[in-house]
Amino acid sequence: MSEFTSGFWEIYIGAITIVSILACLVLLLTMSSRRVSGGATETTGHTWDEDLGEYNNPLPRWWMWMFILTIVFSLGYLAFYPGLAFYKGGGNWSSTGQYDEEIKQADAQFGPMFQKFASRDIKDLARDPEARAVGQKLFLNNCAQCHASDAGGSRGFPNLTDKDWLYGGEPETIEATIANGRKGVMPAFGAILGSEGPRDVAHYVFSLSGRTHDSIRAARGREKFQTICAACHGAEGKGNPQLGAPNLTDKIWLHGSSEEAVVETITGGRNNLMPAHKELLGDAKVHVLAAYVYGLSNPAPGGK
Amino acid sequence: MDEKSSYNYRVVRQFAVMTVVWGVVGMLVGVIIAAQLIWPELGFNTPWLGYGRLRPLHTNAVIFAFGGCALFATSYYVVQRTCHVRLFAPALAEFTFWGWTAVIVLAAITLPLGITSGKEYAELEWPIDILITLVWVSYAIVFFGTLALRKTPHIYVANWFFGAFILTVAVLHLVNSAAVPVSFWKSYSAYSGVQDAMVQWWYGHNAVGFFLTAGFLGMMYYFIPKQAGRPVYSYRLSVVHFWALIFTYMWAGPHHLHYTALPDWTQSLGMIFSLILLAPSWGGMINGIMTLSGAWHKLRTDPILKFLIVSLSFYGMSTFEGPMMSIKTVNALSHYTDWTIGHVHSGALGWVGLVSMGSIYYLIPRLFGRPEMHSIKLITLHFWLATVGIVLYIAAMWIAGVMQGLMWRAVGSDGTLTYTFVEGVKATYPFYVIRLLGGILYFAGMLVMAWNVFKTIAAGSPSDARIPMPAHA
Repeated sequence: MSEFTSGFWEIYIGAITIVSILACLVLLLTMSSRRVSGGATETTGHTWDEDLGEYNNPLPRWWMWMFILTIVFSLGYLAFYPGLAFYKGGGNWSSTGQYDEEIKQADAQFGPMFQKFASRDIKDLARDPEARAVGQKLFLNNCAQCHASDAGGSRGFPNLTDKDWLYGGEPETIEATIANGRKGVMPAFGAILGSEGPRDVAHYVFSLSGRTHDSIRAARGREKFQTICAACHGAEGKGNPQLGAPNLTDKIWLHGSSEEAVVETITGGRNNLMPAHKELLGDAKVHVLAAYVYGLSNPAPGGK
Repeated sequence: MDEKSSYNYRVVRQFAVMTVVWGVVGMLVGVIIAAQLIWPELGFNTPWLGYGRLRPLHTNAVIFAFGGCALFATSYYVVQRTCHVRLFAPALAEFTFWGWTAVIVLAAITLPLGITSGKEYAELEWPIDILITLVWVSYAIVFFGTLALRKTPHIYVANWFFGAFILTVAVLHLVNSAAVPVSFWKSYSAYSGVQDAMVQWWYGHNAVGFFLTAGFLGMMYYFIPKQAGRPVYSYRLSVVHFWALIFTYMWAGPHHLHYTALPDWTQSLGMIFSLILLAPSWGGMINGIMTLSGAWHKLRTDPILKFLIVSLSFYGMSTFEGPMMSIKTVNALSHYTDWTIGHVHSGALGWVGLVSMGSIYYLIPRLFGRPEMHSIKLITLHFWLATVGIVLYIAAMWIAGVMQGLMWRAVGSDGTLTYTFVEGVKATYPFYVIRLLGGILYFAGMLVMAWNVFKTIAAGSPSDARIPMPAHA
């Protein structure tokens, strides 16, 4: 448990600790005399600022005992718990030990339920009300911060309740996304496209989903789209789930649908990150979460 | 009046008046950020009005501007009066006033601009840190110089506390502010990782222990016996609790870092010394309150004494609460919740605030040649506004804090957390409203004080008291 470069320091600080606690006790005892010379209301005889004086009443007994009690408790605590750098304490307690113990207990208590879930197919699990209740709790505590409590998402964070998937909506794909995370990178094309290029391309992109657009700009943008954007988004702009490239022909705009937002996306690019949860939650919980998320857009037929 | 035969009240007056001014400013900012927690729209999407920038402005303004000015004013007053000698190095004393004011103004500009070292209660950047150092060294020279020239044979107990506060704050500031500047307004701490955290909370907790406790105990030891007209209860109690307090506080910092990367043994060390700290802290409370024995009836009629004595009750309460919260198992519940905010404010509003206000009410008439404050009724009104405000504030934060702690740790039968974080936030909402109400009451009391002080000063004129003849001493 050494945090020092030399074992000397453990002894040094430990010794100072013991001496310090005992020094408090000695200080208290040297002043603890119950006797007051003269009467009970004897002053020290010093006067300041005309009328400031001091009595020399004995220390209140209850206060003295309280002081001694804290000292005794502290020495006992040091005997049982780590507190002296060189001594682990008789109880062999450590915060990591306590953590490991609590995790072990939780695993023993809740592990079987999660193992049962983990062995089942995601599509099947998505219709199990019990699994969905657990999945929702996990979702609210781990996913809702970005994707919102109703999983409706917000700008930059995908809506998980619709049928539109950047990387694919198959149960196994969703599970992989949660477990390993995703990095969505749209490179910046401002430098290549020049000053008007991004806006021209934006108008062409609008034409793909039937939005109102400037047809002259769109015509200019079409050529640039085919040479640059089509590589990921496809010649028809329908996207590519292998790369996480969004479909541009629908009405879903992850980073904003306004002309300025789209121009900004093309000019400056976008960097999106879905963090990996495998280490944090473990495979079984990821599995339950995947079932919950899958169920959001694939509700049980006729059921709730 | 002849310069040599009178006390130097000029610098005391400057600091005393600014205590009231900065009190109004700092508490107003507190009310604003309390309102922002209920209505976040009050940040108006403006960076320098955001909670994250106004919060350090609030803490710096109330601790270092309001509390700091109160400490300067009272220590300069007390050290002269109890040493029977005029203040040493008056030019340096004058510099401490203008220098400290410059520090406060710079803080009020840089913090909203987002210029910060990121260390709690030590946010100011390195150029301001250097100015603080210069002011503080000057303060030490003036204070200890005056003490050295004293005409009284013994050093009065209030000055022990003021002296310990001045010396220790110098050490804390120098060590914790050590940083590597990368530009005029940006520096990085000289320490890294958990060492940085440990240095920060060694500083942070001793800022509480010395700036907000030892200094104000000095205040208490002068103004309570003076206002009550009674001798201090026990000299030997003051000896024991002084040495035990200043020694033990130094160790308590690690309790801010329970269950972190700090080694277990260091955390335990912080915890046990925090527990041992209980008795030395209460020693001050006992000595102050018992000083009133034989004069209890004065509490009924004297609102200044009410401020001073009730401040000690809050001191006793928060110094009981502090050791309890330092116990690891309690801390596991209380840490990161609003309980901590409640604890801090029972000390800050209850102890530091009330004892400063009582002392300033004592000082103002004496500094401006008036027999008493403009209105005694308004002091009483202030007392009740402040007391009710504190009770609302801390009760709301206690309930909110314990509730948050319980919600965060609640686990359902399936092993998942029962509540999401945002449910805890939502449940806290009504308590934030009560807290704001308490804060507004406390702030309203401060405005009443400002009016009362203004009227008293307007009716009087600066006046310096005569130093008693040596034969007298």
